[in-house]
Amino acid sequence: MSTPIQHRLGKALVFAACLLPLALLLWRGFNAGLGANPIEAITHATGDWTLRFLLITLAITPVRRLSGWNRVIGFRRMLGLFAFFYGTLHLLTYLWLDKFFAWSDILHDIPGRPFITIGFSAFVLLVPLALTSTAASIRRLGGRRWRVLHRLIYVAALFGVIHYWWLVKADTTLPATYLSILALLFAVRLWFAAGKALQRRALTLRKQVPAGRQ
Amino acid sequence: MLIRNAPDVRSSEITSERLYLHRREFIQAALGAAAGLLGASRTIEASSAQAPLPPRLDGVRKGPFGTSEKQTPYEDITTYNNFYEFGTDKSDPSRNAGSLRTTPWSVKVDGEVNKPADYHLEDLIKPFALEERVYRLRCVEGWSMVVPWVGFPLGDLLKRFEPTSKAKFVEFTTLFDLRQMPGQRSGVLKWPYVEGLRLDEAMHPLAILTVGLYGRVLPNQDGAPLRLVVPWKYGFKSIKSIVRIHLVEKQPMTAWNLESPHEYGFYSNVNPEVDHPRWSQATERRLGEFFKRKTLKFNGYGDQVASLYSGMDLRKNF
Repeated sequence: MSTPIQHRLGKALVFAACLLPLALLLWRGFNAGLGANPIEAITHATGDWTLRFLLITLAITPVRRLSGWNRVIGFRRMLGLFAFFYGTLHLLTYLWLDKFFAWSDILHDIPGRPFITIGFSAFVLLVPLALTSTAASIRRLGGRRWRVLHRLIYVAALFGVIHYWWLVKADTTLPATYLSILALLFAVRLWFAAGKALQRRALTLRKQVPAGRQ
Repeated sequence: MLIRNAPDVRSSEITSERLYLHRREFIQAALGAAAGLLGASRTIEASSAQAPLPPRLDGVRKGPFGTSEKQTPYEDITTYNNFYEFGTDKSDPSRNAGSLRTTPWSVKVDGEVNKPADYHLEDLIKPFALEERVYRLRCVEGWSMVVPWVGFPLGDLLKRFEPTSKAKFVEFTTLFDLRQMPGQRSGVLKWPYVEGLRLDEAMHPLAILTVGLYGRVLPNQDGAPLRLVVPWKYGFKSIKSIVRIHLVEKQPMTAWNLESPHEYGFYSNVNPEVDHPRWSQATERRLGEFFKRKTLKFNGYGDQVASLYSGMDLRKNF
């Protein structure tokens, strides 16, 4: 059992770890380590980390269920918000560094280029999740509705992976890897849900059988 | 055919060796200003990871058609490469191309020619005077460079083999060798890499075969020992590490066209008016610059090459 102090320390450590990709990017920026095309390097790094954080966030519940380590759920909100954070940096890199706020281009790209359309949609889907990430929002919405809303993260992650897939020229190894992990995480959830449904059916059956024999 | 030469580069405009060896400072500074950071710079000498520079090429003359635009630093040209035979990341070729053995190297010239031959590379290029050609290179992905190539006109070479009247196209093939080119183990493209030009395109004085850059022997990651450079077409047309030059009657099947026919056409002339199905080709990022610049039709070589395509619908023949 961890004490509140240990738990807070754990959170601080995870928070710091989540900032490492950004720190590394800044360090490379300072040290001419971003290669010949720094804007492309920043775009790719922030995009990659958005997808990774989405997948890490989605892995929390399966990890908790399979390992019985219940405390891990305490990191889920932070990890999800970091996915949103890197997604925001990714979008800003596109708007600012890549397009330099050329709005006519941007407004043409977002609906007109499928990989941008779907990437932007993924970001938009994450906005309500970030906005309702507080405990107050859970109370206001009610647990059930909040959970349904937050299932949008699956759609966002799927859109994010498709965004990546549609962007690469020929080598789909990485997007395929991300997609397999996402599919696996989703399958685990379905398995849990199926297990729960079976349990429920068994319970109702057990209740019904004696009633029938009466 | 009227061929107008672009003004030659004055010797004062050619970047000195000392200067080009200095690493990029510009983009880091620009980014630094944008992000509130300070730029940093290093020199090629200070970087221990840097491979030793290849030997200098002797007797290189200044050739025609040169641009006076700022040349992309040597380090960028040799560390930012699309050469899938060594991996699909742009940093892969400079890390992995050490496995390529460029000597001895033979090149076969055959097909519709009166004098087919199998040549040692040295013998093949011996008759030609090496020229420096400072060309823009525009990648289909939307970035560009300015490269001081060293080479000679492809047309001069082709003439020596006497193409027959049936020769309508030239097909080029890259080396296929899983040990030397580990990227060929992956199925990203159909190997070996094949590219092609119409014969009149190949005979155009802008089209060159290159053996060097920045006055030195071509590094492996840039397509050593023999690479095509067709500056008015997207970079992937400029096939690397050539082992065969095959003159043919029918239009050859080319690597990227096979991979995705609706995205990469046989011609693949740089054209800001014809977008890639997934992204715009109207602008490009010149490596080292913060703001994108407008892409020029035929990569700015329209005065020289537009007549090759008169009467053709460039939207259909993309």
